[in-house]
Amino acid sequence: MFTHTFRVILVILTFQTVGFSQPEGMVNIKGSRYIPLYGRDSTVVEVKDFLMDAYPVTNQEFLDFLKKNPKWQKANILKLFADDNYLRQYTNDTVFNASPNSPATYVSWFAAKAYCECQGKRLPTIDEWEYVAMADEVTADARIKPSYNQKILSWYETPRTDKKEIGKTPKNYWGVYDMHGLVWEWALDFNSVLISGESRKDVDKDSNLFCGSAAIGATDLMNYAAFMRYAFRGSIKARFSIKNLGFRCAKDVETIP
Amino acid sequence: MRILTLLLVVLTALTSCKERGQTTAEDLAIAYECPMHCEGDKTYDKEGSCPVCKMDLVRVTPPATKADPEGTFSDMSIYNLPATWTTQDGKDIQLKDLQGDVLVMVMIYTSCKAACPRLVADMRNIEERLTEASKERVKMIFVSIDPEVDTPKRLKAFAKENFMDQDPWLFLRSSEENTREFAAVLAVSYKEISPIDFSHSNIISVFNHKGELVFQQEGLGVNSDNTIKHINQAVEAM
Repeated sequence: MFTHTFRVILVILTFQTVGFSQPEGMVNIKGSRYIPLYGRDSTVVEVKDFLMDAYPVTNQEFLDFLKKNPKWQKANILKLFADDNYLRQYTNDTVFNASPNSPATYVSWFAAKAYCECQGKRLPTIDEWEYVAMADEVTADARIKPSYNQKILSWYETPRTDKKEIGKTPKNYWGVYDMHGLVWEWALDFNSVLISGESRKDVDKDSNLFCGSAAIGATDLMNYAAFMRYAFRGSIKARFSIKNLGFRCAKDVETIP
Repeated sequence: MRILTLLLVVLTALTSCKERGQTTAEDLAIAYECPMHCEGDKTYDKEGSCPVCKMDLVRVTPPATKADPEGTFSDMSIYNLPATWTTQDGKDIQLKDLQGDVLVMVMIYTSCKAACPRLVADMRNIEERLTEASKERVKMIFVSIDPEVDTPKRLKAFAKENFMDQDPWLFLRSSEENTREFAAVLAVSYKEISPIDFSHSNIISVFNHKGELVFQQEGLGVNSDNTIKHINQAVEAM
């Protein structure tokens, strides 16, 4: 009897490890404390261990989601949740005119969030995303390397990278692809950035910290790439659907008893 | 007498038809505006570029008309949001339960020392200046951005402290996730900068009785004339 119970437990434990420790397509990110590239008064933030999708969500994956969840299809989506550009690459509700392996773009924050929730995941936070994004192929924090910054900035200058397919850029230190070089990505708390143009007047604190002077005030000029990302996040609204803005999902690490 | 009535009816019918015709024409007219709003709300009837900033004019998005199959509210209505909120009295509600009133909403947190007392004052000021007719049909709502600290009990205490524990005042809190989503709908940004401190946008939003956003006042201590005008208009349109 005892052995039987033991076996059952063993089987459950094994499956739990397979099922939860590293779901397919996700990689483990070991958390740590770091100073974001461009943070409010450069405070240290803490990122806990978490899982992140190795690739951005593709057109094909998003289509599968749309088929199962018709209320997010182009014709059915509530205007509250997406602007008129939503799924512009779709010729009808379930047909898109793009490469199936290209990142899904023209997706609003609400739709991206719903997609992740359907997979039992969530969108990564800005702190998590930036933490993974500061790695290059060999180091977890490559921000001091001139080559790292140079690559990102030259990508920002390259048009139409959203047409490329996922997984063509070298994987980074964590085993994550396409953090840079393909599309910009939604974050769960994208609306925690207070550096929109309006913030000069409508934010109660540090109103002088942002806008023009902020780039100059950032700790070093190489922070410019990150500053652009934060500024972009601060300037968009959750229902915006943008050509070069995609997303990937993240997940908390489940502790196995 | 009968003829007179008939004539009146016909006349009314004719006038209303004409009115409807006009609005439809207006709705259908394609207008273009500068994406930067250099000239305020000025629109053009042709494509082209803005005379001030030279940017291409963009088409003005027509108002949403598609009705929700389950109710009478439109695509842009916040009554579509399924989240459950708890009031200062511990009652669970959905936003659609507030249907029928004009809603004036602001996001705050009760432990805030800097901006929120001023936002509360702004809200009070707006309420005082509404017409008597409007006051009856308006709900003034505070939504907490700090649901962890702002329990219903805490909201109740805050309401009492500010003499706002009665109509038209209402205090709401929900989960962190629902709060983030609602802020996204209102285009309100906020960030926790320490366990007791948040940085946040100061935006007062006005929703009509169908739950559609009609106006946003941005900033602290700004002139509320426009906000009040929009609230009164929203009430008249009911």
